[in-house]
Order: sequence, then C-alpha cells, then structure tokens
Amino acid sequence: MIDIELVVNGRSQRVHAHPLARLLDVLREQLGLCGTKEGCGEGECGACSVLIDDVLVNACLVPVGQCEGSRVDTIEGIGADPRVAALQRAFVDVGGAQCGICTPGMIVAASALVRTRPRATPAEIRTALAGNLCRCTGYVRIVDAVAQACGAGESEGGA
Amino acid sequence: MRADLSRFEVVRPRALDEVLVRLGEGGWSVLAGGTDLMVTLGALALPPGRYVDVWRVDALRGITVTDDAITMGALTTYADVQRHPLLQVEFPMLVEAARRSGAAAIQNRGTLGGNIANASPAADSPPALLAYGAVLELHSRAGTRRLAYADFHTGYKQTLRRGDELIARVILPRRAAAAAPVAGGVRDGVVDAYRKIGTRKAQAIAKVGLAVRLELQGGVVADAAIGAASVAPVPLFARTTAAALRGRPLADAIEAAVAAFGDEVTPIDDVRSSARYRRQVAVNVLRDVLAAVSAGRTPVDSL
Amino acid sequence: MQDGFVGRSVPRREGHDKVTGATAYVDDLSLPGMWHGVTVRSPVARARLLGVELGEGVPWHEFAIVGPDDLPGPNVVKLIDTDQPLLAADEIRHCDEPVLLLAHPDRAMAERGRAAVRLRLEPLPAVTSLDDALRGDVVVWGRDNVFREYRTAKGDVDAALADPDVVVVEGVYETGAQEQMYIEPQGMIAQFDAERGVTVRGSLQCPYYVHAALVALFQLPPQQVRVIQTATGGGFGGKEEYPSVIAAHAAVLARKAGHPVKLIYDRVEDVRATTKRHPSRTHHRTAVRRDGTLVAMDIDFIIDGGAYLTLSPVVLSRGAIHSAGPYRCEHVRIRARAIATSHPPHGAFRGFGAPQSVFALERHLDVIAARLGLDPAALRRKNLLQPGEQTAVGQVVREPIALDRVLDRALALSHWHERRAAHEAFNRSTDGPLRRGIGVATFMHGAGFTGAGEVHLASVAQVQAERDGTLTVLAASTEIGQGTNTVFAQIVADAAGLPLSRVRVGQPDTAVVPDSGPTVASRTTMVVGTLLRRATASLRQTLRDAGLLPAGTGPVDPEVFTQAVARYLADHEQLRGEARYEPPPGIAWDEKAFRGDAYASYAWAAYVADVTVDLRTAEVRVDDFVAVQEVGRVVNPVLAAGQIEGGVAQAIGWALFEQVVYRDGRVANPQMTNYIIPTAVDTPPIRVEFMPPFLGDDAPSKGIGELPMDGPAPAILAAVQHATGAVPTAIPMLPEQLAQVLQEAQS
Ligand SMILES: Cc1cc2nc3c(=O)[nH]c(=O)nc-3n(C[C@H](O)[C@H](O)[C@H](O)COP(=O)(O)OP(=O)(O)OC[C@H]3O[C@@H](n4cnc5c(N)ncnc54)[C@H](O)[C@@H]3O)c2cc1C
Ligand code: FES
Ligand code: FES
Repeated sequence: MIDIELVVNGRSQRVHAHPLARLLDVLREQLGLCGTKEGCGEGECGACSVLIDDVLVNACLVPVGQCEGSRVDTIEGIGADPRVAALQRAFVDVGGAQCGICTPGMIVAASALVRTRPRATPAEIRTALAGNLCRCTGYVRIVDAVAQACGAGESEGGA
Repeated sequence: MRADLSRFEVVRPRALDEVLVRLGEGGWSVLAGGTDLMVTLGALALPPGRYVDVWRVDALRGITVTDDAITMGALTTYADVQRHPLLQVEFPMLVEAARRSGAAAIQNRGTLGGNIANASPAADSPPALLAYGAVLELHSRAGTRRLAYADFHTGYKQTLRRGDELIARVILPRRAAAAAPVAGGVRDGVVDAYRKIGTRKAQAIAKVGLAVRLELQGGVVADAAIGAASVAPVPLFARTTAAALRGRPLADAIEAAVAAFGDEVTPIDDVRSSARYRRQVAVNVLRDVLAAVSAGRTPVDSL
Repeated sequence: MQDGFVGRSVPRREGHDKVTGATAYVDDLSLPGMWHGVTVRSPVARARLLGVELGEGVPWHEFAIVGPDDLPGPNVVKLIDTDQPLLAADEIRHCDEPVLLLAHPDRAMAERGRAAVRLRLEPLPAVTSLDDALRGDVVVWGRDNVFREYRTAKGDVDAALADPDVVVVEGVYETGAQEQMYIEPQGMIAQFDAERGVTVRGSLQCPYYVHAALVALFQLPPQQVRVIQTATGGGFGGKEEYPSVIAAHAAVLARKAGHPVKLIYDRVEDVRATTKRHPSRTHHRTAVRRDGTLVAMDIDFIIDGGAYLTLSPVVLSRGAIHSAGPYRCEHVRIRARAIATSHPPHGAFRGFGAPQSVFALERHLDVIAARLGLDPAALRRKNLLQPGEQTAVGQVVREPIALDRVLDRALALSHWHERRAAHEAFNRSTDGPLRRGIGVATFMHGAGFTGAGEVHLASVAQVQAERDGTLTVLAASTEIGQGTNTVFAQIVADAAGLPLSRVRVGQPDTAVVPDSGPTVASRTTMVVGTLLRRATASLRQTLRDAGLLPAGTGPVDPEVFTQAVARYLADHEQLRGEARYEPPPGIAWDEKAFRGDAYASYAWAAYVADVTVDLRTAEVRVDDFVAVQEVGRVVNPVLAAGQIEGGVAQAIGWALFEQVVYRDGRVANPQMTNYIIPTAVDTPPIRVEFMPPFLGDDAPSKGIGELPMDGPAPAILAAVQHATGAVPTAIPMLPEQLAQVLQEAQS
C-alpha cells in the first residue's frame, strides 16, 4: 500500500491504496465518486470512462499507482467546462440517456471529442464513442446530442 | 471479480537502469499500459508476484526519426502512432492497425511494447510490423541486442525475449513510401494494403488480420512481405506466400500466392470464429488485395 | 386535451441526474457495516451433489455461509411452478446453478472464499440440445422433457394442404439464445432485522415479484418485507424474474451475517447464470395460391426453456399467438412446446417469444415470395388483416386498422421500389465483392399480459395529493430507462389539469406503492398509465364532491388546487385517488382452447432494412433502417422513438452479432469481449415514424417496448436474401454462418 497524490476534479487528494488497485475502485470507494460506473471491468463497455490529464481512459484498467501527480476528471467534475455542460443539456433534450448507466462514460468520452473537434461529423462521433456500449438507445440520440453540442446541429435521421 | 492485491508487489521506477536491475534479479514481470495485464488481474488469472511498472520510464517513450529509421519507444501508444505525421506517410499499415485497435480509450493507453510482448496471435500491430521488417531492441543488464521482429515469435505465446530483458524500442527501417494506386496497375514502386476482419467494426479482436507490402519493378514483384493475425499460433510472417510472389509478374503470381497462403495459415476454432471461416476469409482477402493492386484499383475495403 | 403534456416531448424527468452522474444505482449504495456476498456455482450441467468442502487457507470463521439447510423457508424460487430451488440441494440441473452462499466484510476475501470451495459431484447425463431433449433418451424434466404444450386450430388445415390448386411451401427456422446485456449487472443489498423483517434494495423491474418471493421464503407478513427499486441500468426482461433469486440470496446472507449484505454480480457471472432469450425452432408448412393468397398454415413452434420451468409457459403462449402474424388465413393449426434441457433457464427478454415466432413466419413469407416470384411486400399486402377479420387464435379485429397504409409508409420512406430495382441492377452489373439488398417485415405485437392475465393481476395505482398541492404518483412500475417517470407525470398532470412540475413520481417501494403489476409486456403506459389517469380523475372528483374544486376536466389554477387540497386535508387524514384494472368490455380468452381475445390491443408495424453484403468476408452492414408503426397515441415522441431505436439496435445484434456459445451446457463466451453487441459504428441511422392513430387523436396508447424487437431480424435476413440469392434461415447469422449459407447456395 502506498500514498498517492492526485488532483481529482480540480481538488488535490491523497489516497492510500495498493498501486495495482483500479482507479475505478479508488474513485468509487475511497473518494465517493460513484458517477463512474462498472459495466464489465475489462475495457469493453466504457462505463468507467474518465480523463487522466485530459486523455480518455477506462478507469477499470488503470492501476492507481500510475496516476501519481495526475489530474483525473470524472463525470462529477467535467460539467464545469461550459462546452461539457452544453453536452449534458443536449443529452437530456435530445433523449441521449435512457437507463443512464452508460451515460456518465458516454459524456466523458464525448467531452474529449467536443473539446478537440468542435465540428465533428456523425461518423467521427460514432468512431469516438465506439468504446462506449449502450444497450438502450441504439446510439441514434446519443450521436444527435453530441452533434448538437459540437455545434453541427445536424441529425442523421430519426423522429 | 476482485483480486486479492496483497499477493502482488509493485515497484514504479523512473530510471531504465532500475527496471533492468529488477528484471535481472529474476521473478519480476513488466507492467506497461495495463490494458492486457489489468484484464487478466480482474479475471483472477494474473499470477501473484512481483511487477515493475514502467509507465513512468521516460526513456521508453518518444518517436525519433533518422535518415534510415523511425524508432519508437516501447511505451508508444496507439494514439501516438496515429498522430505521428511521418508514420502516417511511410508506415500507413501500422497507423491503420493502431486506428483499428480497441477504441479511443484503449488506444490512449495500450502500448506497442505491450502488444508485442503479450504475443497474442490476434494482435493488430504485429502484421504491420512484420511486413515492414521491424527490428526490436531488447535491453538487459547484460547488454542490448537487436532482433529481427520476424524471428521473435517462436510458438504460441513464446518469444525470444528472456525474462531479464525489456523490450525498449521498435525500429522501422525507412524505405520508399507507398505509392498511390494508378490506372492500369502499379508497375513500379511500393504498395501497402492492410485489412482487419473482426466481428464488429470497432472494438473487435481480429478474426483475420492482414498486412501486405509489395515492391514492384516493371510489373514484377521485386519484394513482398506479408504479416497476418489470427491465422496461426503466432503472428504469422508468411514467408512461403511472399516467396511465391517474389520475382514473378504480379498478375501471374496471384493464384500461386493465394494457394501458398491457404497452406501456410493454420487457424483454429475458438469462441470468436472457426478455422474454416478464418482460412477462407484470409485467402479471399489476400486474393482481393493482390488482384486490386494488379488491376490498379484501390482495393474495396471490407465492410 | 390537445394543449396538455401528453403528446409532447417533455424532457426525461431524471435526465439531469443521469447526465451528471448523480443517479445512484445499487452498486453505488453502501450501508453501515455492510458485507459482500458471493455465490458458489456448479461448474457442470448435471450432477448429483455429494458434498461441499471448504478448502484450506481461508479464515472461514469470519464468513457467513448459507446452504440449503440454512434457509428460513421453502427452498423454492416462487414462480409459475415450484421446481426451481434457491440453492441446489441434491441434484445440479444446470451449469452455474447456485449451490452455496458466502459473505465477508471484505470483497476480495469473499472472492477468495468462493475460489476455495470444492464441490463433490457425481456427473449425470445432461441434455444440451433441443434434439436430444425431444428424443428423450435422457429425461431431465417430467416424463418427456416437455414443460408445456399448447395447441390451437381453426378450419381444416389438412384438407387445405392437400388441395391440388395450392402450392405447399415448407421451412424450418431457428433463433439462438440472446443475452440482455444491460450495462448494469444485477445486484441487491439486503438487510434483515428480527423485528422489522427484510428490506431489499436493488436493480429490478418488478418490485412485487421480489416481494412475493421474499414473503414466501421468510414466511413473514407482507408488511414485514420491503422491496425498494434503485435506479436500474437496463432490464429488457432480464431483471423480471431473476432478481427474486438474488434478493433471496442476499437476504438469507444478511440474516446469517447479522449485517447488511451487498450481492453484486460481475459481468461473467451475470451472463453465465441469469436468464437469456429462449432459443427456438419453428417448422412452417403453408398452402398458398399462386397469386400469393395464404390458404393454410401449419406451425410447429418449439422453445428451449432450460432446466426449470420459470416463465417458459408464458413466453411460449405469446410466441404461439404471434406465430401466424397479422395475416388473414382461413386454416391455421399451431402446436407450441416449451422443452426442458440442461441449459440455465431461459427467461424474459423484450418480446417474450414473439420475436422468435415472428422471425420464422416473416422469413417463411420471403421464401414463399421467392418461390412464387412475387415481390415480398406485395405478398404481405395481399394477406394483411382487415378490420372485422380474425387472427389465428380467433380474435376479431375491432379496431379500424389500415395495415396497408403502415406498409405503404414504410415502403415510401425506404424508397422500396426504387432501391429494389437499383440494387438488382447493381448486383447484376458489379464484378466487385459487394452486393446490396432490401427487405421488409410486417408484424403486430399484443400489449399487456396475454389473455386473462391482466384480470388476474388486478393492478392498482394511486395518486396522492400532498399538503403543498403537489401530486405523488404511487405505482410499482419501474423506470428502467424506458421513461416511466416522465410518461406517468405527463399523464397525471393532464388528468389533474396541473403543470408538470406539480407531479412527483416516487421510487417504487413496496412499503409505499400499491401493486400495479410488473414492468413487463409493454404494459406500463397502456395499463398503468390508464389506471393513473382514472386515479387522478377520481381524486379530482373527491375535491369536487367536497365543493372545493369547480367542475370540469380542464386546467386548474395550481393555487386554487393547493388551497382545495389544504382545506380537504384539514378534515381528512389523506387524499388519494385510486384505480383498479377493469378489463375492456367484451374481451374473452379461453385458455383451454387457446382461442379468443389474446390481447386488449395490438401495435402494428412495417420495418425495412437496407443492407450491403461483402462476399469476401460474408459480413453484413445495415445501411439504412426504417421503422414505421401505429401505436395509438404517443405520449412522448422522443422517449417513444428512443424505445424503438433501442429495440431495433438490440434486434440487429440478435440477427447479426450476438451468439451465446454453449459448451457442454455452459456459456463459453460470458464476456463483453466475446459476446459481441453492436457499437455506435455498427448501428445505422434508424428512421422511426409513428402513424396517426387508427382511432384518431384521442386514441388510447398502446405498448411499444417490445414491438421493435420483432421486425428487424427478418427484415435484415430478407435483405441479405435479396442481395445474394441465398436463403438464410437461422439467427444469429454471423459471417461464419452466412459464409456457409452462401457456399451452399453456390453449389
Ligand atoms: C477492450 C480492449 C480492446 C483491445 N483491442 C485490441 C485490438 O483491437 N488489437 C490489439 O492488438 N490488442 C487489443 N487489446 C489488447 C491490448 O490493448 C494491447 O495488447 C496493448 O498493446 C497492450 O499494451 P499495454 O501497454 O497495455 O500492455 P500491458 O497490459 O501493460 O502488458 C501486456 C504484456 O506485455 C508485457 N510487457 C509490456 N511492456 C513490455 C515491455 N516493454 N517489455 C517486455 N514486456 C512488456 C507485460 O508484462 C504483459 O505480459 C485490447 C485490450 C482491451 C482491454
Ligand atoms: S467497466 Fe471499464 S470498460 Fe467496462
Ligand atoms: S442508456 Fe441504458 S445503456 Fe445507455
């Protein structure tokens, strides 16, 4: 067990953990940040998506020992960026969230896109979200919501 | 499932030397981006023991370019590969393999060194690295050695890496950049073609992967190198198939090469696919690629 | 009521919490002193259980351990039958059957304990295929491995098939198991207290199913069992019956441990142990005239129920009723059987048997169309039901349906005729590896429980007025992503004449809400929504009768309403409106004859799929998908379209990607890395349209949750047939299978 310092959602934190502990468990169990979900524990579903130093990762695959000195941003914090807040609103308005279990990961993954590619096409959005599985929506409204937040405002179809 | 971490010891050095010292002691394994290891740990299938986390070893990062080679540190991620302008131009099959590996989050964390060391026959970067004639640089306290990557994989999950060795670098010898397809077929120059067939279009493990590099002179195959995934116990360097092409006019050699390839692959049945499908598709895709090059078409990418 | 909230896409109520990560699911909760439970399971399909050994090196004294002898009541999962034990006692009947329960304060130690338990087993022969089960050499259930059989017939099928003027077309169609793969695995937290009884919180669809199971197990008065639904990350039927097992396990562990116990399945465990869609095989023999008129259908429908009866009879009956589709046919005979095997029990999954039998019929119609040289859409149009005609089980269609308009709309939106011609021209001229095709399916889906099911349920829903003038919806219907909270608020706000903000929808908690039945069978909006409208009207009536509100059903000034409620509550303890289910007049179902009014209403649909097939790899890409349906009045268009889109995507998965590989009765691909569901790049844009209701703008709403599961698979395979000329008859149709079909078509 070691002490690890990291900055989570803008706040410095020190956690005491085994270096191989999953960042996911440290966030959920030590820091009480349960917005980051576990859907598979093997990097497939993206429900555990977080940003480490602005880079999208699966928190279920990151050993916390590798986060020393890093910035970690989770669903609880990323809404502070107005572009991400707009993305969150678009998800509600367009119907991008149903059961909601994939939604935090989806929004974290989309935020990485919204910040770097303001005018992403639907095809780019689909590729950027390919690591985030959703079983409820068929992705139609998720893609629409991200497109809207990207300022494209165009939809691929749907009602 | 939750692994019992008390049975795992981890050190996190920053200096390459320290890594090599540990590995030299014996009984230590390497942890890089963790995208393979952490999955194994979660499945309670990772052997308890001692691990050197190399994620913070800067000497293993970075891509450097010289006149005759591009050298990638072992910690080069798939995202790093895709972003590199010169790799895009000169080694497009590796860039494509990186683009098709996992999805964004995996590409940000998974490393080339890990992909090679993990030695999965289904891995995506090996076919491209084989076709490009990559060289591995292995470091240990005993010294540094270079190996042709084509010799590295010796059996299912068996490699020439000794337990005290670290994969430090992957070196790509620079050659002529690939040419664009031209009407009537490429007669002179180099052609690259990469294919990955998975069960879905993203975040899929290859059922068949193929990287083909041809060097043509006057319509004759001056050189050929073919790497393939998921069709053998190891990432396959298809020497016999390449030999069937070398020195012959491409158009005349296609059927012989395809037949050779059908003999050279030794796929298996598993939960992801069947031996029969893998063989058939490997052969179909190779034929398609060669025919397209010969006819000067851009091969129609698979769906 | 055109100005009300019903019919408008008001945003999802809990949307903000969901997009900010504030919504708490079961694994996000933790109770003081909570322990972690794990389940020890059988590694084999069938065996005699000789003993259980606790291995070395584990501090067993720190554990709570529960075996069959430690249960407070009968060792039974209370469903239709009582054949399924909560913990296998003497005989193991399927892989991953629960055998022993452990709990420990530390999650990793609980896991170590699980790994250290050894089962002493004496293998018994297992039945791992439908054919083996039907052959009956090994009997694993009853006398003949048949859980249930239904037969129904009208007309004279044998005579019609023997008529020399008809063409008889025969075919066998198969569908595979499908995993729900909700992204939130199943889980429960249980508390036990000798005085207060049992409280369970968790991810579930049907609070009162769990409640009934716990009452039976603990033999407690109903009010000493409390079930609370936590936010649920998808269900699709998978959290209909199985949560009762997990709740019972967690609760008996909590009782033994003297601590709250959290029992969360990880993905592998969830896929291996919990229910999946029933695999099916349907044999069709059809007499059809050369002009395409259907004359007789002889249908034999079989589903694999797995090792215990669970809900299979109900799945079977819905599948059987839907097996002849929305078509006119004078002579119909249906035989339907649910068969026992040694697979883990198959169970509820969106569509509940109908997608299986609809797949077979629609595939068969394309085979018939090809045989007769007819356009598949024209063949369907010719036979679509008209008002006043009868379904296969003799239900007279009283609704003024115009199914040809539904079909025409789908054909127009998909440019059916142009695309069909263009694809055929492309396929003829290309020398490349790609082929294109377009296919259609027309179908209906009955909403609510089958037959007299709703009458037996006798669901109740209530609306309660609070002192601040707001209304609280009291219903056991769960929000599992489909929009229950929002739709209920819309319905109640309109019925009350109040703004949406004045309506609250509480978390289902059996201590608070009445039994409004399970959240299944697309019944929530249709059945429970109607109850809530009536309950609200009755609450309003109470205020009117007390002289506190003016007459009328229109909007009410919220302040006036608040004052009325306050005055009422000055003299009364509470103000509630309540409604109990009443069957629509003239509805009758004869379970014995398997005939009559099977459902109170049907949704009607036509779906079109446009695909490209790669002959090199036998991969199929769905390029475009059109889903047109008539579902009565749409309460919330955005949420409704979301239901259709999600269902279509799930059905695309069932058709093209999702294969449950059973090896010796065990799921060999229980991970997301090898059980493949579609990603965002595997799903097409899905174009959804709702037809104006046949009964006009004020039509009642019909169920929509299951409908979209029925049509996509047959439409996609029809498109593949159009593209390649090969005739695939089974799903999942992964490239491995299609490659074989293509090869057979060539030779
Ligand atoms: C969801 C998901 C999707 C994936 N998709 C793909 C895919 O499409 N294609 C594909 O090819 N792979 C895929 N992978 C596998 C994995 O991402 C890659 O193999 C990755 O490159 C591994 O690198 P890593 O740094 O994460 O390795 P680690 O997990 O850190 O290590 C993997 C192995 O390599 C050893 N190792 C690592 N670095 C070195 C070194 N420098 N020297 C010696 N030994 C070393 C470790 O000891 C370990 O045995 C996927 C994984 C996941 C979880
Ligand atoms: S839980 Fe991390 S990717 Fe699924
Ligand atoms: S909204 Fe339920 S999984 Fe995406």
